[in-house]
Amino acid sequence: MIQLEKSRTRVRQIAIIGNPNSGKSTLFNALTGLRQKVGNYPGVTVEKKEGRIPIDDTSEAVIIDLPGAYSLTPNSPDEQIAIDILLGKSPQSSPIDIVICTIDASNLERNLYLATQIIDWQIPVILALTMLDVAEKLGIRIDTSVLSHELGVQVVPVNALQGTGINELKKALAGDYHPFPRKRVWRLPEIVEEELDELTALLERHESLSSAEALHQAIHLLSSNNGLLNDETLSREIVNHVQKDRERLDFLEIDRQAVFVESRYAWIKHVCSKSVTNTMAPPLSFSDRVDRIVLHRVWGYVIFLGLMAVLFQSVFAWATLPMEWISSGFDWIGRKVVEVMPPGDLRNLTVNGALSGVSAVVVFLPQILFLFLFLGLLEDSGYMARAAFLMDRLMSKVGLHGKSFIPLLSSFACAIPGIMATRTIDSPKDRLATMLVAPLMSCSARLPVYTLLISAFVPGVMVAGIFSLSGLTLLSLYLFGLITALVMAWLFKKTFLRGAPPAFLLELPPYRRPSMKSILLQMWERSRLFLKQAGTFILGVSIVLWFLASYPRLKDGSPSEQLKQSFAGQAGQFIEPLIQPLGFDWKIGIGLIGSILQREVFVSTMGTIYNIQNTNLEEGSISLREQLQRERDPVTGKPTFTLLTALCLMVYYMLAMQCLSTVAVMRRETNGWKWPLFQIGYMTLLAYGATFIVYRGGLMLSLGD
Amino acid sequence: MRPLSLLNPGERGTVCRVQGIHSTLRQRLLELGLISGTAVEVVCFAPLGDPMEVRVNGYRLSLRRKEAEAILVHEENR
Repeated sequence: MIQLEKSRTRVRQIAIIGNPNSGKSTLFNALTGLRQKVGNYPGVTVEKKEGRIPIDDTSEAVIIDLPGAYSLTPNSPDEQIAIDILLGKSPQSSPIDIVICTIDASNLERNLYLATQIIDWQIPVILALTMLDVAEKLGIRIDTSVLSHELGVQVVPVNALQGTGINELKKALAGDYHPFPRKRVWRLPEIVEEELDELTALLERHESLSSAEALHQAIHLLSSNNGLLNDETLSREIVNHVQKDRERLDFLEIDRQAVFVESRYAWIKHVCSKSVTNTMAPPLSFSDRVDRIVLHRVWGYVIFLGLMAVLFQSVFAWATLPMEWISSGFDWIGRKVVEVMPPGDLRNLTVNGALSGVSAVVVFLPQILFLFLFLGLLEDSGYMARAAFLMDRLMSKVGLHGKSFIPLLSSFACAIPGIMATRTIDSPKDRLATMLVAPLMSCSARLPVYTLLISAFVPGVMVAGIFSLSGLTLLSLYLFGLITALVMAWLFKKTFLRGAPPAFLLELPPYRRPSMKSILLQMWERSRLFLKQAGTFILGVSIVLWFLASYPRLKDGSPSEQLKQSFAGQAGQFIEPLIQPLGFDWKIGIGLIGSILQREVFVSTMGTIYNIQNTNLEEGSISLREQLQRERDPVTGKPTFTLLTALCLMVYYMLAMQCLSTVAVMRRETNGWKWPLFQIGYMTLLAYGATFIVYRGGLMLSLGD
Repeated sequence: MRPLSLLNPGERGTVCRVQGIHSTLRQRLLELGLISGTAVEVVCFAPLGDPMEVRVNGYRLSLRRKEAEAILVHEENR
């Protein structure tokens, strides 16, 4: 038993790498399931997905999901991260014991390019052959034992969706003996081969590199044209040698860059010729037929806009019912607490502070789930890449490219995954421009604010018989956010981020049945984080706010006088002169202060302060929406909240940077405070300016009555 | 020999060489399989005329005309 306990502690580090769209994440999900952790929130500096699983009776493994990569020549920060972890250069992770490389069987040659590079690094590697069913339909048959023999590594066919091959893979991981791949077997033209061998040997001797490192370095030195003279890491002798080699190869008119890639592919073709049989000419695939419509000059955009419209309509309409369940659930708990607890401050704190604050936010869980469900379906089915293809021309007009569209679209769910998704953008300037504007996209945290205000103040009439005015208002908020983001990106790219237009290289993967497991896992992870925040941060803020809004106590006085005299009321009144030009009063001021760190706090703040004002609970609690509608100015008797106030608030929340988590991610991704501070600054100015214009314009149109 | 960007949808060719672009981008194109001798087929152009979709080694790649100009191909005899 002790023996067992002891050997249990042996934990293997296993990395999954593979080309984008090669089924890497699906395999990761199949292996780890609910045991995975996504580290992407403030304080957690781990930039990877990982999960710890038992692989047999005696050992465990940490499985790390690396970002997709086409080769080990880093072209983007994303690929750099993958390579650093793989080669044990990342300070945040332990050395990798075994690499699983996913290989898309329907796209064997290009996928093997990355695999052979890993083999060259002589790390123990297992190839997980995916998409065999797709390959089968294309008439491609692969003899895995021949493939394994030719490459000198283990090959395991898997189908992560159906779960076949997963046990075999685990068995392969569990074995005690993981052979290191043999030395490079692919060959170059003789003259290049000579130079490479010579330089590799020289590097091994003089720079004391391992043979794999020396080979990698030698290939890099011979194939590139990078200046060597400034390279202080290399000795004089090496520099001279490399220069002579380059001159000699150039004189012989050898394309130094292409020769290494071509020779590697030549070997891959040789391996494939032995292990693959094509049983028929590839038929016109399902994807081709779908693309004829999806990428059609007219239908393409009709489908695109239609999908977007369905997305927003459904987030608004379908989520209503579960939202009502959650909200009546909280009401029920509130009533029970009132029955059980004696009247007093503690009861008020529990019901009006904690419960109402938390319920005001938790109620939006269904909408967030729907949003992530939709984005997951679009991504997993392969449509996201088509959207980038369709949008590239428009994006290039603002100096970005289609790849920026995906991070921006993800930012509709949350700017944090959106900003992290910019890692796939190769050019640093484009990446920065995309990150700077990503928080302008209306994220799911704005949804609670929008929903509350729309449902309270936008008349529920139907337009054209099918769309509700509230749905359309929501859609236009999202559109305005998008347009502002594009205009700002254009501005940044025209000024301080000026640079050559970036390249656009994007694979259009075949359409696939989305993996519901992957999508559900992602939804679960998101809602867990959301609820965790509601249970900690928002609960804390609600309690603090209840105190600030309830003290100091007045001897006697109406609830609204009490609120005005409280700490929160005083703070609200303090900033009132600043926000009055926007049409906001001191009560909204409390909400604005409360949501500096997190925008959805606005809703819980409003929930808390209106409940304090409205302490006669015997009347039965009325919803926050009704309270906002009933609210009157004590002097004039006019409603405090009008359609115009609601519009102004929505414009402000649409443009302002009120998210601590995004600031933290920006700081991490840009390595400093400069850009996050700039972002807060420009977004606040933008929000203030735009709200001011809307308010003044609205007054002229007398929307404020 | 013509740049890939000038082929019409449905036309095929064989890559001859990639030239006249930044070496990082050239490396990426080569690694994606656009090496001499690779068969390519133009599938379509995006509705607004750019980017274009190309079939290479059994998968589909989209790239802008500007990058496609750097890829020189032998047209297939028709």
